[in-house]
Amino acid sequence: MTIRFLALVVAFAALATVPYWMPGVYYINVASQILFYAIFALGLNVLVGYAGLVSLGHAGLFGVAAYAAGYMLQLGFGHPLAILVALVIGVASMAIYAALSLRSTGIGFIMITLALGEILWGLAYRWISLTGGDNGLSLKSRPELFGFSMSDVNTFYYASLVIFMLSLAAMTVFVRSPLGAALMGTRDQPRRMNALGYHVWAIRFYACLFSGLLTSISAILFVYYTQFISPQTLALTASAEVLLMVISGGAGTLLGPIVGATLVVVVKTVVSGFIERWNFLLGAIFVAIVILMPEGLVPGTARLWRLAWRQRERGASVTPGSAEAKP
Amino acid sequence: MTALNVTGLCKSFGGLHVTTNVNLNVEPGERRLIIGPNGAGKTTLFNLITGELTPDSGTIHLFGQDITNVPSRRRAHLGMARTYQIITLFARDTIIHNVTLALLGLSPARWNPLIDLKRQGHFVEHAHAALEKVGLAHIANRPLAQTSYGERRRVEIAMALTQNPKVLLLDEPFAGLSIDERRDVKQLLLAIPRDITVVMIEHNMDVALEFAERITLLHFGEVIVEGNRAEVVADPRTREVYLGH
Repeated sequence: MTIRFLALVVAFAALATVPYWMPGVYYINVASQILFYAIFALGLNVLVGYAGLVSLGHAGLFGVAAYAAGYMLQLGFGHPLAILVALVIGVASMAIYAALSLRSTGIGFIMITLALGEILWGLAYRWISLTGGDNGLSLKSRPELFGFSMSDVNTFYYASLVIFMLSLAAMTVFVRSPLGAALMGTRDQPRRMNALGYHVWAIRFYACLFSGLLTSISAILFVYYTQFISPQTLALTASAEVLLMVISGGAGTLLGPIVGATLVVVVKTVVSGFIERWNFLLGAIFVAIVILMPEGLVPGTARLWRLAWRQRERGASVTPGSAEAKP
Repeated sequence: MTALNVTGLCKSFGGLHVTTNVNLNVEPGERRLIIGPNGAGKTTLFNLITGELTPDSGTIHLFGQDITNVPSRRRAHLGMARTYQIITLFARDTIIHNVTLALLGLSPARWNPLIDLKRQGHFVEHAHAALEKVGLAHIANRPLAQTSYGERRRVEIAMALTQNPKVLLLDEPFAGLSIDERRDVKQLLLAIPRDITVVMIEHNMDVALEFAERITLLHFGEVIVEGNRAEVVADPRTREVYLGH
């Protein structure tokens, strides 16, 4: 427990001082990307990890929120209103998603979210008057925060870090709450939960809204970061990518999606500069994770750590004679 | 007023009539045993009473209130609790968390996303008290995956009892238990207070007969015999379809 606490303090200290020890502006930007993709992965993890509902259409939602912010700014509204409208539209889209897809679970849920994501991708691609089609939408500026311009690399990083920490805190509180416990109950034994007096559908619906909120938050950070959005953001590959973040890091854990987001973003941005076939490398890493740690990097490492710890304790307690007797 | 009244209940799966015109009257505080050969429709009857299945026709009343169209989860709030023949618990969690989920199910706090569940003292106390009653308090924090089958049966019963139901439906509470475990569970069931009405499905006649006051014999979805213990055991139709001698 203390080791865990220490590790978290070190991690936080490292995150808080990124602009001072990162070798360059490029890497600080990579760190910002990791942060908002981590929020996206946290949002998907609410469904995949805690509700047992796998969504393959989250990039569609992400895109809707991002386009909403971009379009509002293009129409000349200010940043606060654009952000607010993007959040509302993102969560409202998730509500529609949920109303349609919560009619089923398992494969059915996956297929409906997949279809909805593809519909949104199609709209972004074809509804040119609204989205600019393949040309996408460009943003002219980033907002100012208490007089600091977010166009500054460091300011943007710190703004992302604060929002990330708030999202992680919200996630932690939710997971420990009665509603969080109820959600995990509906994942493991929906029939029993119903018989115990829980409204299984409503619990899942609220989980979807929370997931939609985190997704929209990350989408707004994304659109301010790139200052550009195109239909590619909504593509199925983007949905699969964030799902891989969650699964590779460890679904149903707090830190797993963050580790997964770090892995994917680092391979995509940094490693791709050195290896042309970075997609192949990413695939190989996932295969290795699935074979060696099917539960994901975070729970898998925790398992190995406990195993090593126990063996060390056992090694310390046995006498030389008895150690030889062991196979 | 009867605790549980079932009138003209029918249910078919395609051409198979699993419940045919079943009538049942269970008085408050009664211990009712439902017996019948495999496939007689006993568990289906439970699923209809708890609302997990919707009947084709007929009505169900709980203490005079028509609950035929009340959703399953609402019936829990009206005072109906059940256990499952196939153990249906939360295997990833501890014993006490299982019982806490049962408590939480009837509390408005179940919608709260902001408080820390483990710090809610009254839930912890209540759950502990329930585990005390079934003799599992000493292993309350053990993960369910590390418990024996007999302990899990007792967790099921603790979860049902902690909801303080008016009507408790037990689906084969003795199934798969060893002789010692059976004795423990029997003591538990005999200790259930009289303000709880109990309806039990059970095959194990030596433990069940002692518990039951009235017995209903189901066969091919129909009530064949109903009466007190002696009447049902003495009835020739019971011997024919069930006791087999």
